[in-house]
Amino acid sequence: MDNRERVAAVLKTVSKKTTMPDADESLFDSGFLDSFDLPDMVSALEQEFQIKIPDSDLNPRKFESIARIESYVESRK
Amino acid sequence: MAFLKAFGAYVPSRVVSNEELAPRLNCTPAWILEMSGIEERRYAMPEETVADMAVAAAKQCLNRAGMSAADIGLLIVSSGTAERRFPGPAATVAHQLGLANTPAIDLPMASAGGLFAMALSQSLAEAHGNVLVVAAEKMSTVASRAPTEAGIAILFGDGAGACIIAPGDGPAKIVDAVMHSDGAFAEDLRLEFEAPLSMDGRSVIMQASRKIPGAILEVLRKNSKAAVSVEVFLMHQANQNLIDRVARALEVEPRKFYSNIRRYGNTSSASMLIAAAEWWENARPVPGALICFAAFGAGFHWGALLVETV
Repeated sequence: MDNRERVAAVLKTVSKKTTMPDADESLFDSGFLDSFDLPDMVSALEQEFQIKIPDSDLNPRKFESIARIESYVESRK
Repeated sequence: MAFLKAFGAYVPSRVVSNEELAPRLNCTPAWILEMSGIEERRYAMPEETVADMAVAAAKQCLNRAGMSAADIGLLIVSSGTAERRFPGPAATVAHQLGLANTPAIDLPMASAGGLFAMALSQSLAEAHGNVLVVAAEKMSTVASRAPTEAGIAILFGDGAGACIIAPGDGPAKIVDAVMHSDGAFAEDLRLEFEAPLSMDGRSVIMQASRKIPGAILEVLRKNSKAAVSVEVFLMHQANQNLIDRVARALEVEPRKFYSNIRRYGNTSSASMLIAAAEWWENARPVPGALICFAAFGAGFHWGALLVETV
């Protein structure tokens, strides 16, 4: 699996939706994540990619879409 | 060493239910409950001020402590919703309590203000004697300013809480406290003059979900205590979903987190002290019981305070 697929797999475990959004689609506006899903998403990403996401990076815009998350986790590796 | 002497609280009599609020905000009562765990909140009357509510909570606290205002050496009033820029409500509260020469300090910090005031009083009590901490908020005014945002307006209510911290003795000693501030996200939760309260809920939840358990674990570990050994957590009543999330993060049963948000909503800095006053009035903790306070709010400011009953 490439990183985008891994991010999508993580999203599937956190989101209540069964479909998948487009890579650039807002996960918030499209209802894939709500405010309280976001901390779970961050924790799941930390586990999947074996990274520590610091509090200073907990900016919702970094986690707005699959493509943005992919870009972020790649910057942390 | 400083001790908690007593708590007090005041909430306005006007109950605003989800059924009353929902049509005004173009949402449903069920949605409000799902998003927040709140069923109703209290709104102050238009003429009722932050200081009025603070005085009511302070008087109940003094009464429960068996003290008079003359026994107070320092007054700290926390409020993020004071009606004017200065003087803040502390001077008015002191005056209404009959204090003429006692120092009275304002702490305009919003949600973490009550916790910070208690933590600071731990050392201030040594120099000033009994410290009366009051947190009072009239959130209904600022949360409903146009343009009203339903996700914000549903959350907030009005009220006041109070606590006396004494240098000599009391039913619980303050073991330790931690306080933190980080202005990196200051824009994500703010109240500008005459504007409605502005909140990036996603940012606030993300930060609070980490920082509250982090502060609790920090104060516990500093004192070689485990989260499971705490009798009760008295936390800022921000949102029931957040309270449940903090309990999960600490692997503590949710029932150990006292919650009254269903009835009062989020009363900002007052909420933790209102919760403490209610819990304290009904609980009979055995000596040695650990009680952990925690709060997070605009700034961001956050922290935790550990006490042990004697």
